[in-house]
Amino acid sequence: MKRRIPLTITLIVGLIVICSEFIPHRPFSQISSELEVWFMIISGFAILLGQLNLIKTNVLKIQYKQRNWPYFVITLASFFLMVGTGALWGSQQNAGLLGHGTAISSAIGSKPFDYLFNNVYQNLQATMFSLLAFFIASAAYRAFIARTTESILLLAAAILVMLGNTSLGTLLTGWLPDSLSFLHLPKVSEFIMKYPTTAGQRAIMIGAGLGIIGSSLRIILGIERSYLGGD
Amino acid sequence: MAAKTLDRRWIFLFLFIGVALPLIFVIGLPIETTENVRAVYQMVEDTPAGSTVLISFDYDPASKPELHPMGRALLQHCFEKDLKVIITALWPMGVMMANDILDDLQPSYPNKVYGQDYVNMGFKAGGMVTIQAMGKHFKGIYTTDSNGTPVENIPMMKHIDNFENIAFVISLSAGAPGVKEWVQVAGDTYGRQVSSGVTGVSVSSVMPYVNEQKQLTGLLAGLKGAAEYEYLIGHPGTATSGMDAQSLAHLIIIIFIIIGNITYWRNKKKQKKEV
Repeated sequence: MKRRIPLTITLIVGLIVICSEFIPHRPFSQISSELEVWFMIISGFAILLGQLNLIKTNVLKIQYKQRNWPYFVITLASFFLMVGTGALWGSQQNAGLLGHGTAISSAIGSKPFDYLFNNVYQNLQATMFSLLAFFIASAAYRAFIARTTESILLLAAAILVMLGNTSLGTLLTGWLPDSLSFLHLPKVSEFIMKYPTTAGQRAIMIGAGLGIIGSSLRIILGIERSYLGGD
Repeated sequence: MAAKTLDRRWIFLFLFIGVALPLIFVIGLPIETTENVRAVYQMVEDTPAGSTVLISFDYDPASKPELHPMGRALLQHCFEKDLKVIITALWPMGVMMANDILDDLQPSYPNKVYGQDYVNMGFKAGGMVTIQAMGKHFKGIYTTDSNGTPVENIPMMKHIDNFENIAFVISLSAGAPGVKEWVQVAGDTYGRQVSSGVTGVSVSSVMPYVNEQKQLTGLLAGLKGAAEYEYLIGHPGTATSGMDAQSLAHLIIIIFIIIGNITYWRNKKKQKKEV
């Protein structure tokens, strides 16, 4: 019974949503619209659930003094700082529990939440993403070695796309006459992206699409039950 | 092998210098526009003045260097063409990204009034389902804007019921939910013209949608796409200045790849001789 009820709900909801795609009339369209609203409400709760999960996992790691536990203290402190400033004074035009915090805003130039977002969070995220450039450069130096025919092709394509995606490509081949314009690096790069890359990507997408259909059917028919927990 | 023993910190140092110097001393390398960027530009150009368009900010600060210049250039273009812009976000941080650009642009476009010429409807969770619901009843999903103003009190939203009232959709997308969801629902299901600006790393996964069926009308790809768009609208910004740094960084990576290959083959030859 514990499993039968959620499986029945999944089956009914799944069938209604599929039917509404092919029969966009009442009652399917009406029920489907209502289910969409439910989905968005549940999505909102999922954010809350994520936050609670973040607190629980970090508290446990601190409690048992797991490896690098001070980092988890920083995570929790940062989380509560952002939630606290947002809840107390709001962000941008929205007021918080204590109003707009005019005094504190005039002292630091913006609301505490906005101040932290603009001056700490944005820069930290940008830094994390920017670090990738250094690791990619290092990885490219080590991995892009012309050992086999396939790796030579990959290397040549990578260099052409890299050059074509910069102003250097234009600079290096911009002087070519119109009759040789097909050798213009930005055009070569565009060709590689548009045809060979897209062809490969389409194959992956079709495969993934079929996989999604398969697993969706397995969930609707109750074959796949891992989302219920356990098996 | 020498290629593997080189201290990676040398690569980091060269790359840092290569990125930092062009940002301080601008080189001004030429920018050439590509077909996909011209298609996005043309779509905005061909939209009649007074039409309502939707720009979705589906990214967070991590993708700001690439997608922010696109958002700024697109909003500038829309404002100059007298298009009314509805801003939405499928990512929570997208709302603040949009507000950041709007605050910056306000002094340059003092005649643009919030609620009449543009509106920020804020973030909605749900991804694809949210877009589906927008297509059925826009105001049912967005009952207020991001400031909490009821949608009935926003003049430019009075005639917006669904995608029928929107000329085109542009998603500035850093992943999921983002451009794919907009294409599959707003484009394929509701027949709206959809375009997008994406980060450099996700171009290959989005390119299949730029096809004969025009699932996507053009595509702004990475920083280069943003720089090309800035060039087309005649407002060079951070993408244009960033292109010099990106060009030099790519060149440094290519030089290191060549050095790595030369070292590999030289060592291989040496090993053969020793055997």
